[in-house]
Amino acid sequence: MKLDFELIASMAPDLARALGVTALTWLGGAVVALALGFLVALGRRYGPRALNAVLAGYVELIRGTPFLIQLFLLYYGGPFIGLSLDPVPAGLLGLAIYGAAYFSEIFRAGFEAVPSGHVEAAQCLGLTRAQIVRRILIPEMTMLVLPPTVNMVIVLMKETAVLSIITVPELTFTISNIGSANYAFVESLFLLACFYWGLVEMCARLGRAAEKRLARFRFAAA
Amino acid sequence: MSWKLLLLLLQAAGWTIVISSISIVIGLAIGTVVSAAMLAHSRALSFAGRTFVSFFRGAPLLVQLLLMYNLLPILGINVPGMVAAITALSLCTAAYQAENLRGGFASVPRGLIEAADMLGLSPLQQFWRIRAPIALRMTLPALTNEAIMILKASSLVSVVGVIELTRMAQDLSASTFKPLQLYAVAGLLYFIINAVVASGARKLERSIRWGIKE
Repeated sequence: MKLDFELIASMAPDLARALGVTALTWLGGAVVALALGFLVALGRRYGPRALNAVLAGYVELIRGTPFLIQLFLLYYGGPFIGLSLDPVPAGLLGLAIYGAAYFSEIFRAGFEAVPSGHVEAAQCLGLTRAQIVRRILIPEMTMLVLPPTVNMVIVLMKETAVLSIITVPELTFTISNIGSANYAFVESLFLLACFYWGLVEMCARLGRAAEKRLARFRFAAA
Repeated sequence: MSWKLLLLLLQAAGWTIVISSISIVIGLAIGTVVSAAMLAHSRALSFAGRTFVSFFRGAPLLVQLLLMYNLLPILGINVPGMVAAITALSLCTAAYQAENLRGGFASVPRGLIEAADMLGLSPLQQFWRIRAPIALRMTLPALTNEAIMILKASSLVSVVGVIELTRMAQDLSASTFKPLQLYAVAGLLYFIINAVVASGARKLERSIRWGIKE
């Protein structure tokens, strides 16, 4: 494999921009997905039965179909129902809708794992529902939901590569274009794979470090 | 949507099932070997096994697919896109299955292996008659999950020109300008396939539960 430094230098601005788009869609998508997922989990726990059924349907549909199909529906089908989005917002929204379904299941399991005695005690003490969520449920479930949440954030990072298919100018898309123009496709793809691999390992390590720090707050499971 | 379009989608869904099933089976075979490597006493072997798992779980499947599709011809292996796609899917699922199987093989009780030794079973017999059945039964729920993941992930092979459900929906929506209906129906077909796999696996799990401690 020959390293052509001039070629690499000429690609640098494109790559930097692509890295930015990958980071934006990943982190932006993950944050929105976390917030949405939390709301869905709350809606399913406290909402009326009809809302629970609707949200359950949403979660099952998202979890039962490929992300790529969801993206195509949003990006190519959207304009037919008056939702025309540029690739980057479409990608971010797609990731958010997809991730929220998985996050909501994680949070739902987290809520259910909090001993009901703790919630009943809070009710007896006259805490409001919002106070119970904020002071009892969230602190007690954080330890439990942290590992699967980190895992899902990592999955979302890998899914940003799929956004290249709807022409989001992120890393995979940019490298594919540069690579096929310069006959060094395989080398660039291999480096790209290694880059994602390194990022995944780093996130997993950060997640484990966070778990260790939070371990001292673990509550005794009933 | 006309019956003709639906028929084409159903046919393509058949290919999705074929591609996924082949990948799962090959992945199970490779995954077994890799999990054995991870559990081996040799440091080099277990390091190689762990690196394999870490890489194929760490890099996005789409990038692995593109890599495999472009790498094979350079290595002088000229195969159709379908074969490259199945190779990539198999290697990726092998990494996930190896991780699951490692837990399954590690949980085979020592006493059973000692008993088999006493009875004079060869290592190969021990593998087929004792280790493999127990490990497979322990990891069946994880295997079902993985099968569903691969069914969904197989949509990505549309990118390298393999005609399966997603690619067919893509081609048809380009010619009929009905992306909303076509992708919705394609999504529904994936959903139905996954639901069938999940309920079938639950039945299978119940029927082979004997001997597993709760």
